[in-house]
Amino acid sequence: MSGNRCKRKEILDVIENDARLNPKQIAAMLEMEEDEVVRIIKEMEEEKIIAGYFTVINWDKVGEEKGSAIIEVKITPQRDLGFDAVAMRICRFPEVKTVRLMSGAYDLVVYIEGQTMREVAAFVTQKLASMEHVLSTATHFVLKTYKLQGALVSEDGEEDRRLMITP
Amino acid sequence: MTDTTDWKHKINPLVLGIQPSGIRRFFDLVAEMKGVISLGVGEPDFVTPWHIREACMYSLEKGYTMYTSNQGLLELRQAIARNLSAAYGVSYNPHHEILITVGVSEGLDLSFRTILCPGDEVLIPEPSYVSYAPVTVMAGAKPVFLKTSPENGFQISAEMVEKAITPKTKALILCNPNNPTGATLDRERLLEIAEVIRARDLIFISDEIYGRLTYVGEHTCVPALPGMRDRTILLNGFSKSYAMTGWRVGYAAGNQDFISAMTKIHQYTMLCAPVTAQAAALEALRNGGSGMKKMVDQYNRRRHLVIQAFHEMGLPCGEPRGAFYAFPDIRSTGLSSEDFAQQLLQEEKVAVVPGNAFGEQGEGFVRCSYSASINDLTEAFKRMNSFLRRKARKGKVLTFAPGENEIKKEDICQTM
Ligand SMILES: Cc1ncc(COP(=O)(O)O)c(C=O)c1O
Repeated sequence: MSGNRCKRKEILDVIENDARLNPKQIAAMLEMEEDEVVRIIKEMEEEKIIAGYFTVINWDKVGEEKGSAIIEVKITPQRDLGFDAVAMRICRFPEVKTVRLMSGAYDLVVYIEGQTMREVAAFVTQKLASMEHVLSTATHFVLKTYKLQGALVSEDGEEDRRLMITP
Repeated sequence: MTDTTDWKHKINPLVLGIQPSGIRRFFDLVAEMKGVISLGVGEPDFVTPWHIREACMYSLEKGYTMYTSNQGLLELRQAIARNLSAAYGVSYNPHHEILITVGVSEGLDLSFRTILCPGDEVLIPEPSYVSYAPVTVMAGAKPVFLKTSPENGFQISAEMVEKAITPKTKALILCNPNNPTGATLDRERLLEIAEVIRARDLIFISDEIYGRLTYVGEHTCVPALPGMRDRTILLNGFSKSYAMTGWRVGYAAGNQDFISAMTKIHQYTMLCAPVTAQAAALEALRNGGSGMKKMVDQYNRRRHLVIQAFHEMGLPCGEPRGAFYAFPDIRSTGLSSEDFAQQLLQEEKVAVVPGNAFGEQGEGFVRCSYSASINDLTEAFKRMNSFLRRKARKGKVLTFAPGENEIKKEDICQTM
C-alpha cells in the first residue's frame, strides 16, 4: 500500500468507532502530524470516503415513538442504468436511511425511519410501492433493537468490572 | 489452657516476613473513593472476546464439568505446541513437555518450588512483577536483585547477570516485556544473557506473558535461542494477550524431567486447571488471532498517546515498548512515589501505582497503565497535568521547570 493510502486506512480504523476524536489525538495515536491528519480527513470527506458523522441513538430509550422498517423491494432493471436509477430515486426521500442492492430473492433493501408506524406504512404504500419500475415490496416493522452500529444498546451492557488497582 | 491462639508463633516465619503487597495497600485507599479514573489496572480493559466466552458456554452445555488430566486437556497442549512452533520456531512435545497451570501465577510458584532449595539464590530484575521475590522467599530461597534504571533503559545486561552470580545462584527470572516499566529486551541482548546462563549452568525462567504485546521490534522467545530450550522454563498464559485474566489459565513448557517434577506438585496441590478455562483457552488459540491483533493495535495507539502526554507534561518517560504500562520519572516533583500517587489520587482522583511497589528501584517512578479508554486516558492526563502545574507553582518541585526541563520526543525514543 502506498504511504497515503496506508495513512488513510489507519485514520479510518481509528475514527470508525469514535468520531469524536480530535485531530491532535488522532495524530498522537498514529504518530503523524496534526496538519497531515486534518488534510487527509478533508480529502476523504471530499471524496465521500467519509460520508458523514452520526450519533448512535437508542430512540427506544428516549421514550419517543419512532417507527422503522426494513423493506425488501423488487424492481425491474432499466436498460443502461440497471438498478441504479430507481435506487437513487428511493434514496432521495429523507425518511430513507439506508439503501442497498442485494443478491437473492429481492433487489433492494431499504431501511426507513419515520415518526410513527403509520407514517412508515404511508410512505411504503403511497411512495415506494407505487413508484415506476417497482414490482413489489415486503415490509418488516422493527419491534426492538438489540445492537446498533456495532454497539449493544440493551440495559445489560458490559461495563468495566475490573478492580481499581491490580498488579 | 487458653481459648486464644498466638498465631504469630504458629505462622511460618517465612510467610510472616513477607510484606503485604504495596499494591494492596494502595488499593484499599482507592476503593473508598468515587469518581476515580484508574490507570492502576494491570489487566486488559477489553472483556474476553465473545467467541471465546461462547465456546466456554458450549463446552458447559456438552457437559465439560469434570477434572481434566493433571497436565490439562491434551487438545489444548497440542494447540499450544503448534502455536509456539508457528510463532517462534520452538517445538515442545505436548505429551511430556507442557503443563497447563492456573495462570502464570501458579506456573511461577511451581517452577520455583520445583527447582529451589533453601539457600539457593534467584536473580530478579528490579523493578519487576510483584510476585517474583515473595514466591522465591516462600520456596526458601533468596532473591538477588539486578537493579535497572532509566540509565540502562530498565534493561538487565549479561554483565549485570555475570556480576551477581555466586555459587548459590540457581536461576534467573525475566519478564519480557516488563511489568511495570514496559521495557523489552531484544534478541541481541538476550543472546548475551543466555550465553552467561549457559556458561554458568543456570536455569532461565522466562515469563513471556506480555510477549504478544510487543510494539517495537519482535518478541524473542527465550527457549528459541540456540542451546536454550533445555534449560529454559517458559511461562505464558492467556490473561493479557486474550484478555482472560479472570479465567485463570496459563502454561509452563520445558524439559520433560522438569515438567514431570513440576506436575507432581501440581497434581497434589491443584489437581488441574479449571476445565471451563481450558476449553476457552483452546478456542482462543484456534480462532483468537485476529481479535488479539486488533487489541494489540489499540494498545499501541494508546501507547503513542501516552508518550506524547508525558512529553507535554514534561515528565521524563522512557519509551515503553511492550505490555501496557508506562513508567514516568516523577523525581523532579520532589515527591516520593507513594506521596505522588496519594496526592494525585486525593487532589485529582487519578489512580496510578507507586513505583516502589515493584521494588526499591521503582522509587521515584509511578506505573500508569494504558489499558483504559481514550476518553479516560485523555481526562486522566489533563488532571495529571494540572496536578503537576500546581506542584510546580507551590515550589515543591526541585528541578521541575516546564518547558526547560521538557524532553524532546526524539529523546524519549532513544532513552530505551
Ligand atoms: C509479569 C506478570 N507475570 C504473571 C502475571 C500473572 O498472570 P496470570 O493471570 O496468568 O496468573 C502477571 C499479572 O499481572 C504479570 O504482570
